[in-house]
Amino acid sequence: MTTKKSKTVKWGEEPKIGWWEAMYLPAIAGGLATAIKHAFSGRTTTRQYPDVEPEIPPNYRGVHRLNRDEEGRVKCVACYMCQTACPANCIEIIAAPAPKDDPHWKDRDKFPQTFTIDELRCIYCGMCEEACPVDAIELTSVYDLTGYTRKELIFDKEKLLSVFDETSTAGKDPVRTNRGALGPASVEAATASQGPPPPGRGSHG
Amino acid sequence: MAKVIVNDIEVDADAKDNCILAARKAGVEIPHYCWHEALSVVASCRMCLVEVGETKPDGTVVMGPKLVPGCQTPIKDGTVIRTNSDKVKTAQQMTLELLLLNHPLDCSICDQAGECYLQDYTYKYGNAASRLDEPKLQRMDKYHIGEQIALFTDRCVMCTRCVRFTREISGTAELQVTNRGSHEEIDVFPDTPCDNKLAGNVVDLCPVGALCSKDFLYKKRVWWLKSANSVCTGCSTGCSIHVDQNEDKVYRLRPRDNPLAQGHFMCDEGRFGFKYIHDERRLRKPKLTDALAVDAGTASKSAKPNGTADLNFAEPWLDVLTVTRNKIKEAIKTDARGFVAVLSPFMSVEEAYLLASYLKSLDKKVRLVLGRVPVVGSDDKYPKGSKGEAPAPDKIKFTIRSEKCPNRLGVEMILRHFEGDLVTVEQAVARADATAWYFVGGYNVGWVTDPIDRGVGKPSLLIVQDIFASPLSERADIVLASSTFAERDGTYVNHTGLAQAACGAVRCPGDARADGRILMELAERKGLYNAMTLRKEIGKAIPGLAAIAVGDLGEHGVKVTPVREPILF
Repeated sequence: MTTKKSKTVKWGEEPKIGWWEAMYLPAIAGGLATAIKHAFSGRTTTRQYPDVEPEIPPNYRGVHRLNRDEEGRVKCVACYMCQTACPANCIEIIAAPAPKDDPHWKDRDKFPQTFTIDELRCIYCGMCEEACPVDAIELTSVYDLTGYTRKELIFDKEKLLSVFDETSTAGKDPVRTNRGALGPASVEAATASQGPPPPGRGSHG
Repeated sequence: MAKVIVNDIEVDADAKDNCILAARKAGVEIPHYCWHEALSVVASCRMCLVEVGETKPDGTVVMGPKLVPGCQTPIKDGTVIRTNSDKVKTAQQMTLELLLLNHPLDCSICDQAGECYLQDYTYKYGNAASRLDEPKLQRMDKYHIGEQIALFTDRCVMCTRCVRFTREISGTAELQVTNRGSHEEIDVFPDTPCDNKLAGNVVDLCPVGALCSKDFLYKKRVWWLKSANSVCTGCSTGCSIHVDQNEDKVYRLRPRDNPLAQGHFMCDEGRFGFKYIHDERRLRKPKLTDALAVDAGTASKSAKPNGTADLNFAEPWLDVLTVTRNKIKEAIKTDARGFVAVLSPFMSVEEAYLLASYLKSLDKKVRLVLGRVPVVGSDDKYPKGSKGEAPAPDKIKFTIRSEKCPNRLGVEMILRHFEGDLVTVEQAVARADATAWYFVGGYNVGWVTDPIDRGVGKPSLLIVQDIFASPLSERADIVLASSTFAERDGTYVNHTGLAQAACGAVRCPGDARADGRILMELAERKGLYNAMTLRKEIGKAIPGLAAIAVGDLGEHGVKVTPVREPILF
């Protein structure tokens, strides 16, 4: 391997080991001392899970949810960006034209007919929510994902929407993506009445 | 030829070229929306504005004072085109800003995203910010434009390619521009939707996502699609196409530019006629009658009461092909003259050659005949006149041919080589002296007519290699489940004698196999089926097809026979 030495990089040399260090006994004694110190310090660090549930930070990347818009429809516009970005190929969407006859849907062109995430295949990297142009998909702080079968953990659209309902009522909205509201770029655009209407709203989605 | 200098690159351009074509030859892209090679020039989008100058006799270069549209400006010897000056770049940025003024930027749900010229040019030449301080104009979508076409009105950049197409190529003139200025819209007259047989092309022509195909709408994002170069098998025009597939499902066919075959377009019959590939009724596995299955030693596995024996589960073809080979040899030994193989015009040249050479190697007396050539109506020529009449012969720009098969000429040439004279299946059936039949189908629609069905009767051996069940396959001794054009490599010779290579895009459904593979194994040839190697072999063996001996036929294909009629698109 060739490394190019740059002026901005400071190169250090490995410290030479003398006869004292080479005996390793001082290091072993030091390690034992630390262990004994902790054993008698009186401080417990064992987590009492599941009796005591841990505080999960709101930027934790747990189970996905699909957000709803103000009218309770699924916010996703089925643009496939998350599916494209997903490095684990765990998202599968089937898009369909929005039901134009339904007044509830008349300002939307496209919506996800099915939206499936294989929670077992997912690596919880958060690329999907980063890719989402309408902040429809988010990773919540729900971490205890269990099931009896693999099939149970392949979440469909309804299940993902129910995660939204649960987490939003429990006040456990994730913090990365403005808690279901649109991002700062769109807010800026709206206040300056400049630029396009945020996608997902307006007659063209 | 004319010497043109594009951004200091000197190229030889055709004297008939415009600036865009000349620059293309120099490897320089001049962005454009409204200009299309096959359509008239309107120079309305202003995207192709460039600086143009000329070389004076004393060698000095004088540039024009204003920017000119590259699409409308012809070149001559010594023309100087500049596309990288600040003046041109500013013009491009301003043009794009104007085009994007009322564009909804709904790329996330737009079907064109990924192959959209507005996206691409904005990325390459545009300015990221918009200075529009007003709400965008929003206009209603029009789903009534055509049976296959939807118009997303506010995505339109008013290039009028679609309007010119219906006026100049299809001649049906359904589309038009209504209103003026910012309120311009594409529309149709009331109750006259754009449903002509070439209508699907306006979707390809649309540089943005305004005109979308209802058939493909929201089915797949285009960046998932993998494209294979192929040939449309809908008629003998043999349009060059792209087969766009993802995960073994064909989503759409798109025309591929081929000046030798059809030009830039294709008809809707071909474009939407590929659905049979994914038909549920396709034959999915080979079949032997019970008696033959016993021969194959697989009777022990057959427990099905419905008459079909279960073959070797892992390798159903192994038994079938062995039995087929034995039965063919047996039948030829008893009566070689009575063994008739029917080669369908849906076969590729390679497949026809494989079957013909195999059977002829067994016995020279085996008869080879041409399968049914489906003909529907008469040739449909475009552009249509105002009353729907066909154009004058020298004005024809596109023809949908009545012969609804891709490779009659190719198969005929193979048959003439092996058989001498050409006999059709109808004639062979009428003679009623055959004792064993080998039918190859592969037709996109049912092809077994009553005379064929009755004429074949109940021969001692009936082998059917087809994609759909038919009266013949129902009572056949051996059914070989084969493939459609999208599933196999091969060469098709179109009506002018143009041999084009088609590449397989998807795999066959179930246990069905590509015809080439079936025939390779049936003929016990060494190696795997490879169209290019076979083309070399065929080119050497058959003088009429010598041109395909190059193997790689390129994107446009090669002419194999002298053209007997003038090429009319």
